[in-house]
Amino acid sequence: MKIGVLALQGDFQRHLTRLGEIGVKGIAVRKPEALKDCQGLIIPGGESTTLVKLMKNIGLFEAIPEFNRRWPVFGTCAGAILVSREVNNHPVEPLGLMDIAVQRNAYGRQIDSFVEDVTVNLAGAPQRIEAVFIRAPRITRIGEGVEVLSRRNGDLIFVESERVLAATFHPELTANPLVHQYFVAKVRKTL
Amino acid sequence: MLTDKDYTTKVGLARMLEGGVIMDVTNAEQAKIAEDAGAVAVMALERIPADIRSQGGVARMSNPLLIRGIQEAVSIPVMAKCRIGHFAEAQVLESLGVDFIDESEVLTPADETYHIDKLKFKIPFVCGCREIGEALRRISEGAAMLRTKGEAGSGNIVEAVRHMRKVQQEIKKITTLGDEELVTYAKNIGAPVELVRYVKENGKLPVPNFAAGGIATPADASLMMQLGAEAVFVGSGIFKSEDPAERARAIVLATTHYLDFDIVAKASEGLKDAMKGLEISEIPEDQLLQKRGW
Repeated sequence: MKIGVLALQGDFQRHLTRLGEIGVKGIAVRKPEALKDCQGLIIPGGESTTLVKLMKNIGLFEAIPEFNRRWPVFGTCAGAILVSREVNNHPVEPLGLMDIAVQRNAYGRQIDSFVEDVTVNLAGAPQRIEAVFIRAPRITRIGEGVEVLSRRNGDLIFVESERVLAATFHPELTANPLVHQYFVAKVRKTL
Repeated sequence: MLTDKDYTTKVGLARMLEGGVIMDVTNAEQAKIAEDAGAVAVMALERIPADIRSQGGVARMSNPLLIRGIQEAVSIPVMAKCRIGHFAEAQVLESLGVDFIDESEVLTPADETYHIDKLKFKIPFVCGCREIGEALRRISEGAAMLRTKGEAGSGNIVEAVRHMRKVQQEIKKITTLGDEELVTYAKNIGAPVELVRYVKENGKLPVPNFAAGGIATPADASLMMQLGAEAVFVGSGIFKSEDPAERARAIVLATTHYLDFDIVAKASEGLKDAMKGLEISEIPEDQLLQKRGW
């Protein structure tokens, strides 16, 4: 099993490192062809406006939804914006992989970025993890078939559908491998 | 310091910019062009380095009104520069809510002895460096991102290459040092031994190192990425060229696909003239911006 990490821009290196640490082969995806070898894909944090342009330029904007018909995709931060169906406050065209709406930069600018312990419900077992929010988005609506894995003060921060996982925080920036392991388990189930 | 929560969000934002291009802009219209071209952030300033160089005079922090206008025009992070050691300018920039502060040698230094104590701020800082000692000193003061100094406003990549290679060579050297050599090495380069030890154990700096100072073409961006830069700043190179929007887009593509030379070639096709640029030896010694800071 190999998991791709969209490597056009953003924090893809630390996702690849984390996959290596938990014994999974990661592949840097810069072109649609690279998806052929992958059974899952992580879309990292970065700048969503930039990522959309780069995906469109190389054909990944069409290839990723096609890939997701078969294999799971996990979006973190900007990645959560990209997997959404609707972006409330900015003209960013998302991939529409999951029936959620998001608000970009929902907590403000960098000065409002923060780190906080949150509870995540993974496979029915609540666990405390440290979550890093950087110019983070907020999930403002979820559609049918979308399950909530974590909230912070009522805000949805981690949600799951049949083939998509979306987190508004950065599990790759903390030492705890739990969230990545959860995605890897989700990928394994589809093999 | 390296495990502090504020530091995590500061370095975290720097990580989010990796693989991207940060562009100097002097007004809201240029900021929009940069965002539309795929910039990951913009650097708001009154004069781009090439103009600071040609016009002379004291270069200071930009007018807050200009910065606000740019913040309102774009949704990507906005950075701004303060003078080396001018912590009051940095306080103003923090109150404006800029996303990153560049304590920059491009502006006229305000203090010839001390850089800003960047740990006091909630906003992350980026600083220039030419060698590992300077890099680690800036990190110990709280910088969350480094960049090569290069030679800003020159349109000439040679100094950025020199500074990137030097830091990379020194990182490799540190990984070969014995534990007993670390204290003396740290003393000789003027950096804290804890950070030298971090580099020995990890084989890299604890913060990303971006390329800056002289990048003018897509191939320049590819070169710096191949030399180990984690992202690219383009200052005068875009808005001093004849086709800013096309050049900006081309440099963004070349930075992402820096190892795919067909894409770099295609991105370079059809561009008009790059900025003219300066031969470094023609710049009088006392006008080299890279010599500012220590």
